Amino acid sequence: MLDKDGIARRIAKEIKDGYYVNLGIGIPTLVANYIPEDTHVVLQSENGLLGMGPFPYEGEEDSDLINAGKQTITMLPGSAVFDSAMSFGMIRAQKVDLTILGAMEVSEYGDIANWKIPGKLVKGMGGAMDLVASAKNIIVAMQQVSKSGDSKLLRNCTLPLTGIRCIRKVVTEMAVFEIDIENGGFQLIERAPGVSVNEIRNATAGRFSAADNVPEMQLGG
Amino acid sequence: MINKVVTDAEEALVDVIDGMTLMLGGFGLCGIPENCINELVKKGVSSLTCISNNAGVDDFGIGLLLQQRQVKKMIASYVGENAEFERQLLSGELEVELIPQGTLATRCLAAGYGMPAIFTPAGVGTEVAEGKEVRNFGGKDYLLEMAFEADFALVKAWRGDTAGNLIYRQTARNFNPVMAMAGKVTVAEVEELVPAGTLNPDHIHTPGIYVHRIFQGANYEKRIEQRTVRKYEGLDVTKAEDYAG
Repeated sequence: MLDKDGIARRIAKEIKDGYYVNLGIGIPTLVANYIPEDTHVVLQSENGLLGMGPFPYEGEEDSDLINAGKQTITMLPGSAVFDSAMSFGMIRAQKVDLTILGAMEVSEYGDIANWKIPGKLVKGMGGAMDLVASAKNIIVAMQQVSKSGDSKLLRNCTLPLTGIRCIRKVVTEMAVFEIDIENGGFQLIERAPGVSVNEIRNATAGRFSAADNVPEMQLGG
Repeated sequence: MINKVVTDAEEALVDVIDGMTLMLGGFGLCGIPENCINELVKKGVSSLTCISNNAGVDDFGIGLLLQQRQVKKMIASYVGENAEFERQLLSGELEVELIPQGTLATRCLAAGYGMPAIFTPAGVGTEVAEGKEVRNFGGKDYLLEMAFEADFALVKAWRGDTAGNLIYRQTARNFNPVMAMAGKVTVAEVEELVPAGTLNPDHIHTPGIYVHRIFQGANYEKRIEQRTVRKYEGLDVTKAEDYAG
């Protein structure tokens, strides 16, 4: 089984040189730690920045410079600042090459739920609905099995939806899946080191398929 | 030339009354109109509808207005950092409309650009789409979303001049420019107010035509919500929460 950093390391391998990338909050944020040094990417922060850099050194924090998680950050050379409408304009117009975000549930048709648990959690969707509705290339980073042992890869999402038929790739602590949005189903592409196809099948509530020989994933970073 | 310069937030907000709809710029606590919010608290106006990306934290930003029960309805995209907000929402005291962040920004933009509505794919197939017109363009569904109407837009800029031109600093820009364009009356508070002619016209983010009242704010706290620092080379993301967003 992979820990959160393991998931992030696997996703980092999907990032290609020259990409503009939007990283969501949580595991997706960790991906930035594992982008190879020779891969040049520009991170988009939806509050209005291209070129997000690492956290500032202590004493260099600037309250005017934060990311979408409201954390203090820095800007790398070549950065650009813009307003919130332009930020979502470039997302809607599919200028961002890759979007990585978390999820509470994903369905076999690529529906995603990640913003609300009725009666319990009412934080709001932030930019997630805009991102999943427009982005052409989305990777979901999530835990496949809940703390109570239930699969979160479902036939249909049970929580209020963030978007429909938009997720084609999921990386979990157990596996990498591709989703067949047209016909429905989670296709197993790679296994986490030491995890069997059967274990993954048993942890997938939606329709599942796997080739004869599913390779173990190679981790970047 | 009309004098847009006012002394302070008290003068700028003198005609804000109960029941009005206000836009407030800022993302989290970054770039919020602190002086105007403090004045609204002092003034005690109530039954407000507030349009803002977030709802502040319990003891700062819009959270101060919530504490005083001055807000009837909140229109926002993300409200996760405010326990009092969550309490009022779950108890039904506060009416809340959560909308996608890009939709929020673009409904402001539409108002400032003189367009009655926009089409966006955000929220198609979700509860956000309930009761809204759906149109298909090129095989993809879009929701019809209306431009906002706000009695006042309260924005914060870094520098401004006596003609009302504004320049923002770094990510404190966020919603401020689009909200500045969208208010029936737009009030800008700035860290530094300079005479017209001082700012380079090429550097203006918000042209003064959109700004009705401007003043130099005082005592900015500019509170940091999540202070994250690194102690060594590379990212230190130990504070990243397991939240999907």
